[in-house]
Amino acid sequence: MMDRRRFLALGGLGAAALIAEACDSRGPKSVLPVLRWAERRNEGVERVLFRHTSMDHAASERSVGRKMPSYYISHAPPVWDPAVRGAWALEVGGAVRKPLRLTLEDLAKLPRVTQRINHYCVEGWTAATQFTGVRVSTLARLAGATPDAGYVDFQSFDDGYHESWDIDSALHPQTLVAFMREGRPLSSWYGAPARVHSPVKLGYKNTKYLTKVVFMPQRNGGYWSDKGYEWYGGT
Amino acid sequence: MAATLAEHPTEKRHHWIVRATHWVNVVALTLMVGSGLRIFNAYPMFARKGETFCCWPWEGHAIPKWLTFGGWLAGARNWHFAMMWVLAVNGAVYLAFIWLHGEWRDLAPRRGDVRDAWEMIKFYLFVRKTHPHQGKHNALQKSVYFALPWLGVLAVLTGLAIWKPVQLAPLTALFGGYVWARYWHFLVMLTLVLLGLGHVFMVFAVDPQSLRSMVTGHYDESRSPEALNARPLLRFRPRPVMTIGRGQGDRGQGTGERGQGTGDRGQPADRPSAPAAMAADAGKPPPPSDHPAFSAPAVGTQRDVDASGDADSSAGDADRAAHATVAAPPSVAVDAEVDAGETEDAPELGDSGKEAGR
Repeated sequence: MMDRRRFLALGGLGAAALIAEACDSRGPKSVLPVLRWAERRNEGVERVLFRHTSMDHAASERSVGRKMPSYYISHAPPVWDPAVRGAWALEVGGAVRKPLRLTLEDLAKLPRVTQRINHYCVEGWTAATQFTGVRVSTLARLAGATPDAGYVDFQSFDDGYHESWDIDSALHPQTLVAFMREGRPLSSWYGAPARVHSPVKLGYKNTKYLTKVVFMPQRNGGYWSDKGYEWYGGT
Repeated sequence: MAATLAEHPTEKRHHWIVRATHWVNVVALTLMVGSGLRIFNAYPMFARKGETFCCWPWEGHAIPKWLTFGGWLAGARNWHFAMMWVLAVNGAVYLAFIWLHGEWRDLAPRRGDVRDAWEMIKFYLFVRKTHPHQGKHNALQKSVYFALPWLGVLAVLTGLAIWKPVQLAPLTALFGGYVWARYWHFLVMLTLVLLGLGHVFMVFAVDPQSLRSMVTGHYDESRSPEALNARPLLRFRPRPVMTIGRGQGDRGQGTGERGQGTGDRGQPADRPSAPAAMAADAGKPPPPSDHPAFSAPAVGTQRDVDASGDADSSAGDADRAAHATVAAPPSVAVDAEVDAGETEDAPELGDSGKEAGR
């Protein structure tokens, strides 16, 4: 009886020590494959839940765009310098029948959508904001994305930042290649000249400073996804 | 088990499924809370950008790091979104089991629970001398164990609402939108943590034996808080003579249910030590103890016993009172009957008895 009690007490102490040690830690490394496996299972659940008809609308009018935080991975807001890189153009390529090269003027001529939606940040905050742009689904139709294109990679000139998406989320009617915010052309803080924006993905999936939209049969990771954030990152 | 039985007659209190899900829940909930707090720290406030939030006085104050788990936001999220399945499936197994196996009856609210809970509070505040009679759990415990699964369900629903605010937009709207759903998720967690800490404190302060019963499943009723008249941090040893008398006593019969009988536990059949006569007594109110003339003279003795700091204890159940009469000195026996009278919906009896004793 005493032995069992001592055993249990020791077990409790051991567990407490493990927990204390685990605090503020990432947990045992051996569990990482399990966590990755769970992430893929979660992605399956999220894909099942996904509907093109699920739309987001920002409820509050008064705070639209007032405090939308800005972020980029470069040291300063990345600016496209035509003198160095030539005129900016969006390339739509990969698994498509007709690769496109669209200047900002070309984009502006395409059917556009203006939407006031929520921006869901992975950190837990939301901001209401208004973007104007062309649906990715429009670009996919124009370029003739092939049926094997199950993924889309959105690439930028922000120090190699990119994020790949599942095709369903990319073709959601609220997923835009946006070139205006609050009725004005994007500033360099918000991804000029064009960026991806959609309420169906967390903020980090929405590539800013966009240069290329590449349809692909395979996924291609992403800047934050490769560091450990969920690749799917859906809302 | 045989060795344990030789020491004290114990009863199997928790089914192994209840014990397993309990400990899995301890691990899963701890990791969920720790990783959740780390996620919260990435934006330790509730307001939307550009707005203020009415109902959180500590906007912007991060949770101390040592309370968090996951190391960084992505790590904590990965843990959180993996552990949530363990928590939810484990909870579902537990709920399905207690539903199918009947244990839910130990937790379901009944008429009189509020008054019983009030009596427990009075007892803990030293307003009441003897531990109120109880079944498997006292009324305070019961209310907490009943609330926990509902809080768990709320935690899962509010969690889903902030996990998929677009795809599950109707659910998120049900909780008042993303910001409010996140707030409710946090408050539910806070409530779970506070109740959990209270639970752990009470286990060690008032009923350490329950720790054993949650490991091995066995519980020695003769050392229950009711038998020991135990308040938090104040546990008294029963007098040996009472232990004998009480050891025979059958608990769980008509316990707290006012003589209706709980049905699925404490049946005389699984208690080899209980005399056969117990079965006949089960659930019946004790014939003699209601009579004031019978109990009044003895109450003075009870007060003396209490004042001396010795434990008296309460036996509360009619059956046990009857057995105490056999095994214990008269004073103790009658005092037990007074208590039995209290539990039989007649608290005035005890009060008037006290007056008489003065």
